[in-house]
Amino acid sequence: MAELRRAYGAAPWHLLLLAGCFAVAGWIALRLAGEPAAGRMLLWFVGAAIAHDFVLFPAYASVDRVLRSASRHGGNRALLNHVRVPALGAGLLFLVYLPGILGLGDGTYTRASGLAPRARFGQWLAVSAVLFAASALLYGIRRLSRRARPPVR
Amino acid sequence: MPARPPAPTGPDGPPSAVPARLWRGLDRYRPPGVDAVARAWRSPVRGPWLTSVLGAVLLVTLPLVIVTGLLDWIAYGPRFGQAFPAGVGWLHPPVFDWPTRPAWLFRVTQGLHVTLGIVLVPVVLGKLWSVVPKLFDWPPARSIAQVLERLSLLLLIGGILFQIVTGLLNIQYAYLFGFDFYTAHWYGAWVFTVALVTHVAIKLPRLVTALRGPGFARTPLARTRPEPPDPDGLVARRPRPATMSRRGVLAVVGGGALLLAALTVGQSVDALRRTALLLPRGRRFGAGPNGFPVNRSIAAAGVTPAQTGPGWRLTVRGAGRTVTLDRGQLLAMAQHTAALPIACVEGWSTAQTWTGVRLRDLAALVGVAAPGSARVRSLERAGLFRQAALQGNQVTDPDALLALRVNGVDLSPDHGYPARVIVPALPGVHCTKWVEEIAFDG
Repeated sequence: MAELRRAYGAAPWHLLLLAGCFAVAGWIALRLAGEPAAGRMLLWFVGAAIAHDFVLFPAYASVDRVLRSASRHGGNRALLNHVRVPALGAGLLFLVYLPGILGLGDGTYTRASGLAPRARFGQWLAVSAVLFAASALLYGIRRLSRRARPPVR
Repeated sequence: MPARPPAPTGPDGPPSAVPARLWRGLDRYRPPGVDAVARAWRSPVRGPWLTSVLGAVLLVTLPLVIVTGLLDWIAYGPRFGQAFPAGVGWLHPPVFDWPTRPAWLFRVTQGLHVTLGIVLVPVVLGKLWSVVPKLFDWPPARSIAQVLERLSLLLLIGGILFQIVTGLLNIQYAYLFGFDFYTAHWYGAWVFTVALVTHVAIKLPRLVTALRGPGFARTPLARTRPEPPDPDGLVARRPRPATMSRRGVLAVVGGGALLLAALTVGQSVDALRRTALLLPRGRRFGAGPNGFPVNRSIAAAGVTPAQTGPGWRLTVRGAGRTVTLDRGQLLAMAQHTAALPIACVEGWSTAQTWTGVRLRDLAALVGVAAPGSARVRSLERAGLFRQAALQGNQVTDPDALLALRVNGVDLSPDHGYPARVIVPALPGVHCTKWVEEIAFDG
């Protein structure tokens, strides 16, 4: 047992657990292999992880880097989170409701419901503007109250 | 932290696993850029505590999404072969007859599945942010155990993102992926679930240790410091000063979840319908008693006014007898009114007041006193849901109706005129519209 543990690099139950995990995943892969769109499913499965790790994450990390350096050079660190938070909110909404915002499903929607799709890009802009405005308002209130009451040292 | 350095046989010790030369070689070889990447992780709030808090939230909530998803498959009626995908082999939850009570059952399970699935998106993204340095770790593994574990993480992360993306595209009608949604979302769920079980079994002790240790829930920005180096290497080696406290990060993640909840619940709550601003169902569907969401219009179903006009007849079959009724004869039968929700697999729902003939009265008309099941057929010829089978309890429930009217007026063509099925807790797609025939089995 100790020899297995050393050679494998973890306890035997670790191996059993992972073997079980890959057995189920492998069975599913075999089952889906006959599907005409199996390749596409695999592409979307792996692609989702790649898109997150190598596109989405670097993109928002770079934007944050720019914001941080701007706030450092601007000498106003308190403002940073008042830009970050609404930007994250707007970005999150864009990501989650992207098909509606960009009208990607409009054709299917109209065919199914008989209704004309609404342009939701403007609504997303409006919600984002509200988020930024609320953050700016809070920032203003904080500054005013800080000026009125200097911090106790 | 262990009192003495971890034994060299442990997964985190110097490589001694088989084949030792490979792992030692990997350890010594530094491809260009890996040191720069390792130094680039500078957030001082990354560490076991933050990852464990986000992990604990997902550990409690994701099982709800998984279970409600499986319940949805059961609600579709696998016994009649109408749960999609069909023919799933041994990989399915125990099948039982979907109850009709409480009437809001499917509304709640499916609303929870879709709404919670959306609301958890920022938690998942936050969790991934908290562990992303691990992806670029060098060496990528020091033993076969670590290689396998990393592969299982591809199933975990690919799985959760695949489920989120296919789910979000499906409820917004954007079938960009070009494969069958039901098949993909079902098997994707199983891959994710087994990977999640594996991950939790391996990492739960870490989570418990981190949450039992010193907490940071009350630490303000001014006192936010990195955690001591951890065995998983989450804590930055070269942290910069904090720009946001850990509780600040959690508040941002929670705020994102609340924002999504606020813009999604309108799908399921009639009074808040229009707050679902960015979703297809967050709108008014015309004024008046028939002004509630339509999933499939009469035009989309290819049903013509001639078919639903005065010439329309309902055929009722059972026990060797066949009865044909026109709408006037149906209206002359005992009418029953029930306030019932109708809920779609895509997460939206609405409650309306329906009036019509009890299904069990129709069964009695053709001499089926104790119906075991019923098959309902629509005038629609092409759609996946042009017919539906109902279980015995879904026929005999006193509120199970062939509805002729809604909210005091005739059904509109888009809501299924001349007659549609409405049964408590039955998935919306099985509440067949433009009914042409009902066959009862004893």
